[in-house]
Amino acid sequence: MSDKVIYVMYDDDEALKDSAKKLVSKGVKISEVFSPFPIHGIDPIIGVKNTRLGIMAFLYGLTGLTVATLGMRFFMVTDWPMNIGGKPNFSYLDNMLAFVPISFEFTVLCAAHGMAITYLLRNKTLPGMPAQNPDPRTTDDKFVMEIRLNENHGISEADLDEMLKETGFFELDKKEIN
Amino acid sequence: MQKEAAIREPLILGHKTYHDITEDVCRPIEDKAPKMWYTLFGIALIIGLYGVGSILYLLGTGIGVWGLNKTIGWAWDITNFVWWVGIGHAGTLISAVLLLFRQKWRMAINRSAEAMTIFAVFMAGLFPLIHMGRLWVGYWVLPLPNQFGSLWVNFNSPLLWDVFAISTYLSVSLVFWYIGLIPDFATIRDRAKKPLSKKMYSILAFGWSGRAKHWNRFELVSLVLAGLATPLVFSVHSIVSFDFATSVIPGWHTTIFPPYFVAGAVFSGFAMVQTLLLVMRKAMGLEAYIHTKHVEYMNIVIMVTGSIVGTAYITELFISWYSGVEYESYAFINRATGPYWWAYWSMMTCNVISPQLMWIPKLRRSLLFTFFISIVVNIGMWFERYVIIVTSIHRDYIPAAWSMHFPSHIDIGVYVGTIGLFFVFFLLFARFFPVLALNEVKTILKGSGQSYKESPDYHKHH
Repeated sequence: MSDKVIYVMYDDDEALKDSAKKLVSKGVKISEVFSPFPIHGIDPIIGVKNTRLGIMAFLYGLTGLTVATLGMRFFMVTDWPMNIGGKPNFSYLDNMLAFVPISFEFTVLCAAHGMAITYLLRNKTLPGMPAQNPDPRTTDDKFVMEIRLNENHGISEADLDEMLKETGFFELDKKEIN
Repeated sequence: MQKEAAIREPLILGHKTYHDITEDVCRPIEDKAPKMWYTLFGIALIIGLYGVGSILYLLGTGIGVWGLNKTIGWAWDITNFVWWVGIGHAGTLISAVLLLFRQKWRMAINRSAEAMTIFAVFMAGLFPLIHMGRLWVGYWVLPLPNQFGSLWVNFNSPLLWDVFAISTYLSVSLVFWYIGLIPDFATIRDRAKKPLSKKMYSILAFGWSGRAKHWNRFELVSLVLAGLATPLVFSVHSIVSFDFATSVIPGWHTTIFPPYFVAGAVFSGFAMVQTLLLVMRKAMGLEAYIHTKHVEYMNIVIMVTGSIVGTAYITELFISWYSGVEYESYAFINRATGPYWWAYWSMMTCNVISPQLMWIPKLRRSLLFTFFISIVVNIGMWFERYVIIVTSIHRDYIPAAWSMHFPSHIDIGVYVGTIGLFFVFFLLFARFFPVLALNEVKTILKGSGQSYKESPDYHKHH
């Protein structure tokens, strides 16, 4: 399916945000924004939902805590109740205080690494992946909006060009993709 | 866009644009290294290699080559370990705790402070490992199934807690640091002209493209990692202090150790950050981003944590008398007046008196004075650990066993060597990595940049 992509470049984050607001209010769908740093407040305008990675971090942490608890219970209570000064560990609770530091550390370890790995996988940012930003300047000082014609059936290309012109962009680039 | 009070000093001096920030941070990486860099790198490498040689000799011969004896079974090894771990506390404190407190001045220093943290923890980790003598069985500290039946490591031991604390701290700090580095590597990748550096930085940048969704995730991941790393920082040095506090040696088993060690760690870590940054900002031309205000903020942290440490020293002395335990009292009288009096009073001078000078605004805003104090504090903090460890055990319950500790040349070689290796890593970092979180700094340009703060539009509502 052939499609046309329009890359609209701005030289300021506020300028991009303002024009995104205007375009969206006229019914234009903006499919992506590329920027050198996070533009605060752009997500609700272009319809990017908040990430759920925080929930994942909590679940990874919970897993870590469970593994640490079960593991230490097995090592120190079930498999070999270590006898210290004639006081062997017969129950987890009796010895729980000594297990707090490692339970905490292991929880943090699992939550942090689990979340970091999920983050890299969900972003598809992994060693050796090719860069996907349309212009190398978007990691420096330029801000690019990506608009696809296929996602904007109600609006003709000429109308869109007119709307974009009003926003005072820095550069405009169009690409045919198949 | 976030605004701040007009009376706050700007964090970015001069008339910078987004592109200027990129240029200023990337230029030292793209240009040829100055002669000074090669000289420093050469010196650090020679010292580092001497350390590696000492370690190899130690591993080949055994830890008898250290100046330990029957009474003093722990000395420079653990002193150096605690010293390096302490230094390694500033980076994560700056990036995590200050992130949670929304302190924007951290952005100019967090990258290099975190790098320093990671390299310092590398050096710290070396000491317990070589202390085993048989490095190749180091994995025995992990709870791995084995052919000895029900043989597990002791989860009741603070030494094992340390294994988990240090390895968690090291790996989480590394991940936190790298996640922040990815967008900056992408900037260098997109600017690179030479094919080799383009290739290297595109591998390092993981294909980062700066999509809105990715930035949304990036910000949450940074926040959650900061939330996780904050209690982690405090737990790590608390656990290090448990190595002593849970023992029954007078002078070691002290309930105030955890907060006292944590404050001491932050104190020494910030001092090391000052030592490194004062040189780096000058050598790499980053004076507009790391300036007097940043140095002053860090000096205030040094002053506060130094006061906590000083209070802890005096509390310890008071409690040793108030406890009425003669062994406890003796441990402290011996520290101050025994054969190690010079170590004790060096510690007191460097750690209690010197940070108090930071109350004087003129001194804490002076870069030269700051540099001097940062070295003094690091010497003082090394003595603190030496005093706690060696003076507490060198005169035990049986006077016939009393002894003194004299470091061997291997003790000295390993310690000095780790300083060399630390600088090897740090210089490589300064040469090839973006030393400033350049993309994060861009987010505060409009809110805290000098030219924006001075413009008449700044206080108008957008």
